[in-house]
Amino acid sequence: MTAMTAASTEDPRRAGPQRRRLGGLRHGAAGPLFIAPFMVLFVLLFLTPLGYAAYLSLFQERLIGGTTFVGLDNYMTALKDPLLREGLLRVAEFFAIQVPVMLLLALLFALALDSGLLRLAKVIRLGIFVPYAVPSVVATLMWGYLYGPDFGPFAQLGRKLDVPVPHFLSDTWMLGSLANVVTWEFVGYNMIILYAALRTIPGELYEAAAVDGAGAWRIAWSVKLPALRPALLLTLLFSVIGSFQLFNEPKLLQTIAPDVIDSSYTANLYAYTLAFTGQQVNYAAAVSFLLGLVIVVFSYAVLITANRRRTS
Amino acid sequence: MTVVSQSSTRAPATPATTASGATASRRAARIPRGRRSPVRRRSTPLTIVMLAVLAYFLLPLFWLAVASTKSTQDLFNSFGLWFSHSPRLLANIRQTLTYDDGVFLHWLLNTVLYSVGSALGAALLATAAGYGFAKYRFRGNGTAFNLVLGAIMIPTTALAIPTYLLFAKVGLVNTPWAIVLPSLVSPFGLYLMRIYAQDAVPDSLLEAARIDGAGELRIFVRIALRLLAPGLVTVVLFTLVATWNNYFLPLIMLNDPKLYPVTVGLSSWAAQAQNGGAGASSDMLALVVTGSLISVIPLVVAFLMLQRYWQSGLAAGGVKQ
Repeated sequence: MTAMTAASTEDPRRAGPQRRRLGGLRHGAAGPLFIAPFMVLFVLLFLTPLGYAAYLSLFQERLIGGTTFVGLDNYMTALKDPLLREGLLRVAEFFAIQVPVMLLLALLFALALDSGLLRLAKVIRLGIFVPYAVPSVVATLMWGYLYGPDFGPFAQLGRKLDVPVPHFLSDTWMLGSLANVVTWEFVGYNMIILYAALRTIPGELYEAAAVDGAGAWRIAWSVKLPALRPALLLTLLFSVIGSFQLFNEPKLLQTIAPDVIDSSYTANLYAYTLAFTGQQVNYAAAVSFLLGLVIVVFSYAVLITANRRRTS
Repeated sequence: MTVVSQSSTRAPATPATTASGATASRRAARIPRGRRSPVRRRSTPLTIVMLAVLAYFLLPLFWLAVASTKSTQDLFNSFGLWFSHSPRLLANIRQTLTYDDGVFLHWLLNTVLYSVGSALGAALLATAAGYGFAKYRFRGNGTAFNLVLGAIMIPTTALAIPTYLLFAKVGLVNTPWAIVLPSLVSPFGLYLMRIYAQDAVPDSLLEAARIDGAGELRIFVRIALRLLAPGLVTVVLFTLVATWNNYFLPLIMLNDPKLYPVTVGLSSWAAQAQNGGAGASSDMLALVVTGSLISVIPLVVAFLMLQRYWQSGLAAGGVKQ
C-alpha cells in the first residue's frame, strides 16, 4: 500500500521520462499481447462482417444466371426506394423529437439531484435509473398494455371520469408512444452519466463562483453546464446511434398494432424484413450498410458541430 | 472522436482514484467538495416535483407487479392499477414455470448463461486491452485504439445481418455461440477501461514491481487487476444488461425455442396471447405478465446491490474522459 500512496502523490510529469526509459522500451513487447485477444475478436466479429456486408451489397441474385456482380446497383435502388426513405425520415423525426426531450429531462434531473436540495435523493436517483435494467422487450410489453384502448388503465380511468383519452396506438399517436417508451427506458441512464460528471466538478469552483456572487442558477449555467459538455456529447452520440437503429420497440408493438406499424416502419425493421422475410440478402446488406453510413455521418456531424462551437 | 480526446485535458483531475477500489474513488469524489454545509437546506417543492417524476418511472413496474397477481380474466375485467379480489401470484408463477414442460426455466437459464458468459468474457478482454493501451507504448497503439473507438459508432444491428450470414456459413447459427461471440467485443468497454487504467494503475507501482522482478502477466493479474476492479465491475454490469436485454441478435440467430433467451421467449408468448383467443393460449396473457416480472427482478437486484461499484466506475472512468 505504501508504494501506491506514494505513487498517487507523485507528479505524473516527472514519472513520464522514467517510464519511457524503463517501461516503454523494455516492456513494450507485452503491450500487444494484452490487446491481442480483443483485437483478434474485433477483427473477426466487427471488421469481417462489415467487409462481408460491403461485398454482398455489390451482388444481386437473379432468376437467370444466379448471383451476379452488379456494382452499386443495389445502392441506386436503395436511394430511390420509397419504403427506405420513409423509414429513415421516420427515425429522423423520432430523433428530432425524442432525443432533445430525453436529454433535457436527464439534465434537469441530474442538476436537481446534484443541487443537494432534495429529500430522498438516493431513492429518486435509483428509481429513475431502474428502467434501464428492464429489457426493452418487457418495457414495450408493459407500455403496450398500459396504452391499450380497451383494457389499459388510462382508457379505464378516462371512461370512469368521462375524460377523452387519446388512442395511443393509433397512427397519429404511435411515434409519440414509441418515444415515451424509449424515454422511459433511457432517461435514467443518461441522468446517471450526467450526474456522475457533475460529481467530479471540484468544490473550489463553486466556492469561487459563490465568492463572485453567483447564485444557484448562475452556477448551474456558468459552472455546471460547461463542465458537463463532454458527458452531454457522449449521451448525444449514444442517442444518435440508438434512435437510428430503432427496432425492438416498433417490432414488439407491431403485434398489438399491426395496421399502424408495417414491416418498413423504421429503416432497421425494413432491413430485417428484407433479409429474413423477403430473402433479399444482397439488398438487405446494402440497406443496412447505408443505414450504418447514415449513422456514422450523423455522429460525425454532431462531433464536428460541437467541436466548432468550442473553438469559435 | 477528436472532441472526446481533447476534452480529456480539460477535465478536472480527481486526485486519488488510485487506492483500493470503490470506496476510495467515492471518497475522492466527496472530499474536495466543501460546498455542502452541515446544516442542509432542503426544498420541499422540488422534492414533490421529483417524487411525481419518480411515480412516472415506477408506474409501469407497479402495474407489472399488480398484474402478475391476476388471472387473464381479471387482467381484462378489473382496474389495471389495483389488485383484484382474488390474488393468485403463486399460481401464476407456478403456471409460468411449468407451462410447456418448463420452457420458461430453460429461457431463464439460457439468458443467465449467455449474459454472464458474455459479460465476464467481454470485461476481461476489455480490461486487458484497456490496460495494454494505457500502460504500454508500442507501434500502432494509437491507430489500433482509434480504429476500435470509431467502431463505437457502427450500429450493432447493421452488423447483425452480415454476422448472421457469416455464422450460417460456419455452422454457428442456432447455437449459444451465436449470441455469446458477438457480445464479447465491447468497444465502449475498452474505451472506458483505458481511461480508467490510466489513473487507477500508477506507473511507478509497475516500475517497482518490475524492479522486484515480477513478470508482466504476473503484474497484471496480481496488482493491476485489483486496482481495475471497479472499472471491471462497471463493464461487467453494462455488458450483462446489454446481453440480458438483447432481442435483435437472438431473434435472428436462433430458431430452436429451447435455445431462446427470456426476451425472445416472452415476445413469442406475447404474440401467441395476442393471436390466440381460445384454448391453451387464452391463459397466455397472465403468463406473459408473470414471466416479465420474473425476468426483470434479477437485473434490478444486481444493480441495486452493486451500485457502489458501477457508480464509482462510471464516475471515475466513463465520464471523466
